[in-house]
Amino acid sequence: MKAREVVLPGDMLDERKGRKLGNGVYEEDGKVFSKLLGIPRISENELAVIPMYGTYLPKMGDRVVAVIESVEISGWFVDINSAYTAFLPVSEGVEEFVDMQRSDLTRFFDVGDIIYCRLSRVTKQKTVQASMRDFESRKLRNGIIIKVTPTRVPRIIGKEGSMISMIKASTKCDIIVGQNGVIWIRGDTKDKAIEAIITIEKESHTMGLTEKIEKMLGEVNGQGD
Amino acid sequence: MGKATDKELIVNGRRLDGREPYHMREIKMSVDEISSANGSAKVSFGKTTAYASVHGPRSLFPKFLQESDTGILRCRYNMAPFSVDDRKSPGPDRRSVEISKVIRRAFEPVLFLEDYPKSTVDSFIEIVEADGSTRVTGINALSMALASAGIPMKDLVAACSVGKISDTLIVDLNGVEDNNSESDVGVAMMPQKDIVTLLQMDGILTKEELVMLLNLARESCKKIYQIQKQTLMEKYRGAE
Repeated sequence: MKAREVVLPGDMLDERKGRKLGNGVYEEDGKVFSKLLGIPRISENELAVIPMYGTYLPKMGDRVVAVIESVEISGWFVDINSAYTAFLPVSEGVEEFVDMQRSDLTRFFDVGDIIYCRLSRVTKQKTVQASMRDFESRKLRNGIIIKVTPTRVPRIIGKEGSMISMIKASTKCDIIVGQNGVIWIRGDTKDKAIEAIITIEKESHTMGLTEKIEKMLGEVNGQGD
Repeated sequence: MGKATDKELIVNGRRLDGREPYHMREIKMSVDEISSANGSAKVSFGKTTAYASVHGPRSLFPKFLQESDTGILRCRYNMAPFSVDDRKSPGPDRRSVEISKVIRRAFEPVLFLEDYPKSTVDSFIEIVEADGSTRVTGINALSMALASAGIPMKDLVAACSVGKISDTLIVDLNGVEDNNSESDVGVAMMPQKDIVTLLQMDGILTKEELVMLLNLARESCKKIYQIQKQTLMEKYRGAE
């Protein structure tokens, strides 16, 4: 198995040469250095480092699995597994008209409820607004959530969703992966799905992972029949 | 702290533990020692062992501590009661509060905290076994813990102690040497940028001696950096 290249903070990637600076890099005297421990991505028009570790930093447009933290007069504060809390206003959370003078918002979402939402606005000071005004966003009933390192999320989803749809198909679970590293799972065989996801998280840097997971889940199915 | 000794500390150009003046003790490093932390590391220099853990960036309360344009770094250096021969009374004291502060100041210029406004990076250094040079051992551990927690940094930080005993310049003081040295100097630096982030001196040195010691420290920091790099790379390189 071929090892992937890893850079440490302070390692020089390349001269800038007018290229765009992506995530995880900084420039000094026309040279570009890594800010993070990660895998370098150097292309003709961009220099970036994909981090291997780190907490979730909210980005506009991210779809996240969130937990209602508190209920306010005009909306909800939701925990998005980050240093920052997102606010979900009533107008972004509920389709129907709500008379805020009279109704109690716990009717829609109460503390501890799990939702799938989109981060509609993230300011420079990291004030985060969440929104549920699209057809994918919804309240997630039953099921459980697990947390993984957010930097491993792309690996769990796989190329064009190949990995996650394989897990979904063979375990027959409902799974929603948030960009923030929170994963919601519902189904009778959720233990197997969790096992698979944790294996991916642990071994995300290795090659040939899809085959390994396929084999692992195949054995599960074989025993089940 | 510590005891004075009547023994000759350098005999025939060898130190009490058999090292030559410029030799460091055996260095051991490992990362990901504490599973509940975002990043952690353990570093030993001979009998000195330090654990470092990093939590965050996470939300910061009380709210008045928050900075709207940048994150903050909080540091805690602590020596375990059993880390020294005579029991150390537990909890922070004047010495550890000061060391916590200088360690924080050693890391502040290295981190890109402005990427995480209103939040905090909490770091803890726990000395479980002390035999001299504990603060630099802690800094080496914390540097690796921060890198493995994915905190954006300009460079790693490597640190070492240098000093002077009976007119001989030495590197990496152990406990006895620390207590009986004519002078000791703690240095932390960004090895790839060649920028010093911590410099403390105790005792008396001439200007020339200090310059020589700094050069020695710089060379040693670069050696330490190579070990840090190797440890992090090995852990994360991948392929089984």
